[in-house]
Amino acid sequence: MSLQPIKFYQTGTFTVGNRLLAPEERSVQANMQRTNSLNSGHRACQGCGEALGARYAIDAAMNATNRQLIAANATGCLEVFSTPYPETSWQIPWIHSLFGNTAAVATGMAAALKVKGRSEVRVVAQGGDGGTTDIGFGCLSGMFERNDDVLYICYDNGGYMNTGVQRSSATPPAARTATTMAVGDAPGNVFGQGKFVPAIAMAHEIPYVATATVADLRDLEYKVTKAMGMHGARYIQILVPCPLGWGTPSSDTIRMARLAKETGVFPVFEAENGEVTAVLKIRKRLPVEEYLKPQKRYAHLFGKQPRVDTIASIQALADKNIRKYKLLEEGI
Amino acid sequence: MLKQIEGSHAVAEAVALCRPEVICAYPISPQTHIVEGIGEMVKDGQLKNCEFINVESEFAAMSVAIGSSAAGARTYTATASQGLLFMVEAVYNASGLGLPIVMTVANRSIGAPINIWNDHSDSLSQRDCGWIQLFAETNQEALDLHIEAFKLAEELSLPVMVCMDGFILTHAYERVDMPTQAQVDAFLPPYEPRQVLDPAEPVSIGAMVGPEAFMEVRYLAHAKQMQALELIPRMAKEFESVFGRVIGGLTRTYMADDAETMVIAMGSVLGTIKDVVDEMREQGHKIGVLGITSFRPFPLADVADALRNCKRFVVLEKSLAVGIGGIVATNVRMAVTGMGLKGYTVIAGLGGRAITKKSLHALFVKAERSELEPLTFLDVDWRVINRQLDRERQKRRSGPAAEAMLRDLGMVAAKIA
Repeated sequence: MSLQPIKFYQTGTFTVGNRLLAPEERSVQANMQRTNSLNSGHRACQGCGEALGARYAIDAAMNATNRQLIAANATGCLEVFSTPYPETSWQIPWIHSLFGNTAAVATGMAAALKVKGRSEVRVVAQGGDGGTTDIGFGCLSGMFERNDDVLYICYDNGGYMNTGVQRSSATPPAARTATTMAVGDAPGNVFGQGKFVPAIAMAHEIPYVATATVADLRDLEYKVTKAMGMHGARYIQILVPCPLGWGTPSSDTIRMARLAKETGVFPVFEAENGEVTAVLKIRKRLPVEEYLKPQKRYAHLFGKQPRVDTIASIQALADKNIRKYKLLEEGI
Repeated sequence: MLKQIEGSHAVAEAVALCRPEVICAYPISPQTHIVEGIGEMVKDGQLKNCEFINVESEFAAMSVAIGSSAAGARTYTATASQGLLFMVEAVYNASGLGLPIVMTVANRSIGAPINIWNDHSDSLSQRDCGWIQLFAETNQEALDLHIEAFKLAEELSLPVMVCMDGFILTHAYERVDMPTQAQVDAFLPPYEPRQVLDPAEPVSIGAMVGPEAFMEVRYLAHAKQMQALELIPRMAKEFESVFGRVIGGLTRTYMADDAETMVIAMGSVLGTIKDVVDEMREQGHKIGVLGITSFRPFPLADVADALRNCKRFVVLEKSLAVGIGGIVATNVRMAVTGMGLKGYTVIAGLGGRAITKKSLHALFVKAERSELEPLTFLDVDWRVINRQLDRERQKRRSGPAAEAMLRDLGMVAAKIA
């Protein structure tokens, strides 16, 4: 009898179909007993990458900790859309304090659990890129440096979307935001500024740093699960496309996240104690135009006179990521 | 047990007796000796079951405190001056969330110009932050108030600030009566939070509240402070029964019964004022003192009651509400509205300027004779001020004011005559 190859991947994606897997290998979300930590009924926009990322991440963390999880949340979209008083979408103990102190609040929570002898309860902190890479950065670095027992998850959509799409230090070069307008000789965000916090987290030599996207949700679940199996300071930055801020159709959130990874714009990797240990390889390398063109925040690059120079500069950044993180298979 | 000990270490020991579970430490003068003292007790095992966290800023100190308090741990931190200002957003948040954190403020001025010495500008800048604010007159009272503060905070689910004069109290070696662990345990039960982050009973804390309920939530903060007005005197009595010492309830009077002139103040300067009052009483002056221990909540009724029989009052305060005058004075005036009293505001001791008995004596006599200006700045050097104002009139680029004024004095740093 001749063997017939089984296609594990759904058409047009690299996502393994759950139904083809053994139950124990299936996604946390495929389990009828999933916690729905971020329950339905919240007020996120259609196609919100952050809502999707948070649901997968927190459910995976709940699953990994036998549902013994408490969370601190920064001010931002995730906080606003999940807890309009007196409603809450959170099915887990959850606190929102301020915009810029979430890592420190989580440190305090972890300290309290330690002193109370409740080692089974674990702490997650979460915020957007503004609350993480900008205003909350001091507290984040302090939490890393002390190696406090906290997993910090940054949902990176490249700007202050909650306040109306302003630039953050995670806004990519050339992107149009309300404070990096698409006007003048160099429209959009400037080159050479901003920061890639996963690399800064690695410089703290904390036990675990990872990046993920909502295009690879199984990879995201794996990383959160792995992080919850460790102690000390851990950091995961998840690329979560924002239809509102990026100017993309709600139906394209997953596609945009995949394109960010497949073009090398957003490197997906893991690092332990300051060293890269694994990368998610690019399956089918694509030019950055494929990623940029569908987004209205880059529309000024594709007008009557396309800004080939700017596009080339973005391509150079992607190429650098590919070299630096070895995102291509050997020999390709 | 009687001890001859630095004020900061007395507070450190008292806090340790309260069995704190999380301490956030960040250095700032003149508070630093307190957290150093507690840190040593944690490190050498004397204070067990306590996490001592060296944070990276005061903003983080209060934020860590918010997290640990919300997760059910008795939490303490200390700060001063710029440190208090740096944590302001989290200070308001802690009270808004109703978290019973206790914090010492080792009172110090606020820059610019930078100045490390004592006044009350720092905690009084936070008068509307929703915390209870208690002011200590002596080191004994400072350590006693900390023990009371934990009980008060946890009973009301509200944070409490214990304010003690920087250097004057924090760095003074004085005799204090340190209570025993058994006494403190008898007074202060283990912390039983009203709200806690616990997987067994999930709650969301810190949700967004719109116009439909924000007023009500804010009113609740006020209502809690009004509860504190009743609770503080009760707790002071309870304290007395356990420790055998009288601590300041809301206010305390001295030589007030037949006083025609009442002097009102907060903190350690009350000691100097009482000495002056003693001397003036010997000379036949009818003068008394009202010390305010609880600045928030502000005891309007007690203040009115204490001033009921006097003819005039002098509020001597180590703070300045720029553009109007006094902060404490404004509050006192509200208490005596309609009582027809003559009131004087005296701004004194800013940035560590010495408040001398001689100056106070002359000041109070002037008040008795109705010769005092309604707003007086005690012992300021008008020559220096006028020369600077002159310079600014004459020249557009007159340069940095503070530096020019110091140059006029021929000094490189403050020197007290």
